[in-house]
Amino acid sequence: MKAKVIITLKPGLLDAQGKTIKGALESLGFRGVGEVRMGKYIEIELANGRAAATKRLIEQMCQKLLANPVVEQYRIELD
Amino acid sequence: MKFGIIVFPGSNCDQDCLYVLRDVLKQSAVRLWHQSTDLHGCEAVVLPGGFSYGDYLRTGAIARLSPVMDAVSAFAKDGGLVLGICNGFQILLETGLLPGVMSRNTSLRFICRFVNLRVERTDTPFTNRCVEGQILRLPIAHNEGNYTVDEQTLKSIQANRPVDSSQASEASRGTRSGFRPTGKARGTSQVVFRYCDAQGQLTDAANPNGSIDAIAGLCNPAGNVLGLMPHPERSAEPALGSSDGRLIFESMIQSLTHA
Repeated sequence: MKAKVIITLKPGLLDAQGKTIKGALESLGFRGVGEVRMGKYIEIELANGRAAATKRLIEQMCQKLLANPVVEQYRIELD
Repeated sequence: MKFGIIVFPGSNCDQDCLYVLRDVLKQSAVRLWHQSTDLHGCEAVVLPGGFSYGDYLRTGAIARLSPVMDAVSAFAKDGGLVLGICNGFQILLETGLLPGVMSRNTSLRFICRFVNLRVERTDTPFTNRCVEGQILRLPIAHNEGNYTVDEQTLKSIQANRPVDSSQASEASRGTRSGFRPTGKARGTSQVVFRYCDAQGQLTDAANPNGSIDAIAGLCNPAGNVLGLMPHPERSAEPALGSSDGRLIFESMIQSLTHA
């Protein structure tokens, strides 16, 4: 089983990297670019188990290490 | 005084801290490898700057899991003096000994230059040799120094700060209060240093990295743990362009001597 964790800054926080990417896209002539948020993507291989239990485990990993809850939010996907 | 300087894989200011404490200030100082599980009788701990664990995941996020950090946390909770400089500050934030987190500088640039710092408190063991409102010139060198914290925590950090700090500094100029280890700092602002201009004014231009409320350094409520982004160890001798950084180490020595 593989877990995919997507970590982004919480809404409302200034994402300086996202803002710069947006500016760069616009300077390349791409139109209609709205807000850009930059994040992290982590893949974790796990022994097969029940999806609900695995998700709880990954949530613990996010809370204890992978994300900083002060500024970051996370989303978990299981394959 | 015996100082312990913690060395993580990727620390790079440990030797500078050791030099200032041992050779400039004539103190006993040792380096402690991060795998150490005790502090070998040290009376104060310094977490130096650098790039512990290559800043992987987030600055300080992996270093806080090092075995030595359990001993540092216990020491801090027991009232021991802990100074975190730059990456050391980031580690203290990830450890939870200080609130908040460091985001990327708003300019997205690594900034390496001198800044002016306004001393907001002189009743801490790290600033008792300073005068309130004093302006220190210290260098910064970081990419993630943009202090970020949620609004509620910010309010508690700022609690009971003086309304007009210029008046407060006038009133207390010339006084030097020592450390009160009983945690009398409660009810005062935890902000110890703010980025300012050469006149001591807080302006956007003087805030190098976008830190909320221009916070450059803050302590815990008890006052025995301090984190700051600027490098006092790089500004402790006139040959380095400033010796203001000495005041921070000398304050620690003074408070330990009178403890």
